[in-house]
Formats: sequence, C-alpha cells, structure tokens
Amino acid sequence: MSAATGRRTDGGGGGHLLGIDGMDRSDIEEILDLTDTFAEIGRRPIPKVPALRGRTVATVFFEGSTRTRMSFEAAARRLSADTVSFSAGTSSLSKGESIRDTVEVVASYGADLLVVRHSMAGTAHRVAGWTDLSVVNAGDGCHEHPTQALLDCYTVRERRGSLDGMRIAIVGDIRNSRVARSNVLAFTALGAEVVLVAPATLLPPSILGWPVTVAHELDPILGDIDALYLLRIQSERITEGLIPSLREYASDFCLTASRVARMRSDALVLHPGPTNRGVEISAEAASDQRSVILDQVVNGVSVRMAVLFLLLGSGRQLGAVDAGDSVEGDR
Amino acid sequence: MAQRERRQTPPFGGVFVSHARIMTTADMGRAIRRMAHEVIERNHGVEDLVVVGLQTGGVPVAERLAETLAEIEGIHPPVGTLDVALHRDDIGLRPVVPEAVTDLTTDLDGRIVVLVDDVLFTGRTIRAALDALCDFGRPRSIQLAVMVDRGHRELPIRPDYVGKNLPTRRDEVVDVHATGVDLGVMQK
Repeated sequence: MSAATGRRTDGGGGGHLLGIDGMDRSDIEEILDLTDTFAEIGRRPIPKVPALRGRTVATVFFEGSTRTRMSFEAAARRLSADTVSFSAGTSSLSKGESIRDTVEVVASYGADLLVVRHSMAGTAHRVAGWTDLSVVNAGDGCHEHPTQALLDCYTVRERRGSLDGMRIAIVGDIRNSRVARSNVLAFTALGAEVVLVAPATLLPPSILGWPVTVAHELDPILGDIDALYLLRIQSERITEGLIPSLREYASDFCLTASRVARMRSDALVLHPGPTNRGVEISAEAASDQRSVILDQVVNGVSVRMAVLFLLLGSGRQLGAVDAGDSVEGDR
Repeated sequence: MAQRERRQTPPFGGVFVSHARIMTTADMGRAIRRMAHEVIERNHGVEDLVVVGLQTGGVPVAERLAETLAEIEGIHPPVGTLDVALHRDDIGLRPVVPEAVTDLTTDLDGRIVVLVDDVLFTGRTIRAALDALCDFGRPRSIQLAVMVDRGHRELPIRPDYVGKNLPTRRDEVVDVHATGVDLGVMQK
C-alpha cells in the first residue's frame, strides 16, 4: 500500500485518443461502460468529483468550435481538473506562430492533456509525436472525431441497449465529415450495419474497404432503419459546387415532419450539431420523440469525462498507438 | 466482488489464498444482529436512518444490516450505495469498476447516515466516502459500521460499530464474502 501515499506520479500521462481507427469492440465498450459511472455524477446535487484535482486540461482549437470545447471543459471541471484554452482566432497564430510552437507554449503552462482540433487531417497525430502529454483528437479536418462517435454510440446504446444488428443510416455530407468517418468505424465495430445516404457528389471519392452500403435517396429507406444520423452541411468545407443549392438538398434529404412520421416509432434521430434548421432537419422533426439530439449533448460531457479520466487517471492508451514519430517524418 | 477488484489492483495483484476462516456465515449473522441492536440503541430507533453501503464489499453487508434493522424495528430504513473510486487519494492505482455504481436517491439533509463497509484498514476509503457524502447533502451525523476492523489506520478515523476486531499483518488480506470471512494473502 506504499503506493497509496504517493502523488499521482505513475498514473497518467502519455496516453492518447486519436481516432476510432484501431479500436476494437472491447476498447469502445470499455469506455461506454465507464461512461455510466460518469453520467451518474452528472445527476448528483453537486456534479463534481475530485478525481483529476491538480491536473490541467488544455483545449487547443485551431478551428472554431463552441460546443465541443464547452463539452470538454465541462467534463474537465466535473473531474476537478483545471482548464486552459487556446483559440486560433484570438492568438498569436494570427501573428504567424507555428502549430508546434503553440503546442509547446500551451504545454509549458502546465497542461497534462491537450484537446486538439485543426482543419487539417493528422494534426492530432503530429502533436502527439511532438509532446509527452496526452492528446485527444477533437476533430482533424475530414479525418476523425472520436469522442463524437463515442458519445453517439453511448446515446444509441442508452436508448436501445445494444447496437448489434441495428441498421443506421448516415445522411448528408459524408465526403467532408470526420464525424461520419469515426461513426462508420464505431457503429460497425459495435455490430451495426451502416448505410451512407447522400448525393454522389457528397460521397467520398472511394468507399472501398468501408464496411457500408450506399443509397442516393433517403425516402425509400426511411421506414427500414433503426437510427438516422444527420450530418451538418458544412458550408465552410464545401468549396466547389457539390450541391446545386441548399434548397434542393433540403427537398431531397431534409428530415421534415412528414419524413420523420414515416420512420419506425422506436427509431432514433441523431445530429452532431449545430443543426442547420430547414437544411438537414426541420424544427418539428428536431422536437419529435424520436430525436435524441439533446441527449447527445448531455452524454457528450459524460463520455468526455470517461476519456479524460482513462487517459489522466489511469494513464491508459485508447486506440491506435501509431502516433508521433512515424508520422513526423512523412511530410 | 471484493476479490475481483483486488485481482485487478496493482498493489495487491495475484490470487487470494486463504489460510484461516475467521468468521462463518452464522458468526456474521450474529455480528450483524448485534450491530443492528447497537445502531437502534444509539439512535433511539431507525426513523431518521439511511444505510449506505460502500462499493463493492460494503453493499451486501449494508443490505443485511438494513434487513436486520427492519426485522427488529418493523421499519426498513432506506439503503443506498456509494462508489468512492473518484474521490480517492490513490486514484489511478485502483481500477474504477463500471458496475460499482453510486445510487443515493434519499435526501441526506438532517438524516443519520450509517456508512457500511466490509473491512476497515487504512481509513482512506472512509475519508473519501465522507467527502463524497457531503456532495449529496448535509447529514445530521455519519456513523461507521464495518464487518472487520483489521487495524493499521493511516488517518484519524474510528468505527462506531464493529463486527469483529481482527489483528493482522499489513501484508495480509481480509476477504469478506457471502459465506464468511477469511484471512489470507495474495499470491502472485
């Protein structure tokens, strides 16, 4: 028991969560199981535990975000960690500081874990290679957004018990969506069947090797799916004329009141937010009893608590370890 | 359950090997009955009591204590469970077990909380539990009941109700389970 008297020297530090890629079913389920513990804390009169007291979580966002950052910060505070935050818009980045310098500066403020978002794929992996700190990928370009996928899986599992055998349609801008990529991997790892629904221009150039089927129309499959995952049309990433207009997209793919009524009564509607009302989903559909969009927000904090705790409290590695050095030499 | 937790825990590790049966099922029953009478005597009944079992080993003991209180007094006090893994000072050294859940729905304000654990050792679990309880309300008082007090306290904490005082060596392990109490060691 001598270890019990020591400070948290050996527990924590160094583990990363960079993507769902490389995680298997049991890795994902372990996080989801642990999330229950943290969800209970959120329901307490004082929703706070001292688990990560003295630790510092830094959110380093080179790309705009409100809810992901707030969610991570809320999760960190519920675990009694301190938070420091860096946003590209208001920082020296606009004065020409490099990502690497920025990361080093943030690390020197005593951060133990970096939550990184950047518009370029692979940024979190590179950051993980530069530093000894834990790194959580909060979205890198069109690549991955693992905590979003985990919270989506948790939300579906909370409602339905298990994803096994479920048919989940992911609708919208698959091509530009890191959420879609992480979710395809996570949903299928947990035993669900995934259908991608989008006009051909919004599908990735190749889906070879993805364990999915593809449909170009939403209406024929509506009554036939257990969950509908709507993606945000990311106008900031759509640079070419991939869709004729938002109105035309909406007429084919927007989840309207009449479309949601055709879904099974126990089907779920998810959206990673922020929603473009009238483009991906109508106001009526968003408030339908099938919609679990607000549950996703609540569960996001619990899942992120579990991730922060696993990385900082137990020093675990979550998912693939291919971070860092091997990637660094590539460019 | 306690055994399972220990198996996963770095400072313990290995498999529990018993070298002495300390209490039988009947002994535990008698000890719980005596503790129940002490609880009733000290609190003049069970009206304001809330029995809270510490995850994982204290939960079955708490349930049996509450049942015995109900048999004697005719009122079943509310029973809750408390997982203190996230309040510990040795976090990261012990696993957080997902099935060890906190379930405390009773309002604790003004109540008398009887905290129940299987083994009292260093006192660190109880320290964490006191912290955790204060997040749920302001009890009138908190009392501590343990099946076995094995000594080696590292904090100024003492139990109010003890099933059995058991002098031990530090490296020994006390295992309280459904059919009795064993003293043994962990073998790698």
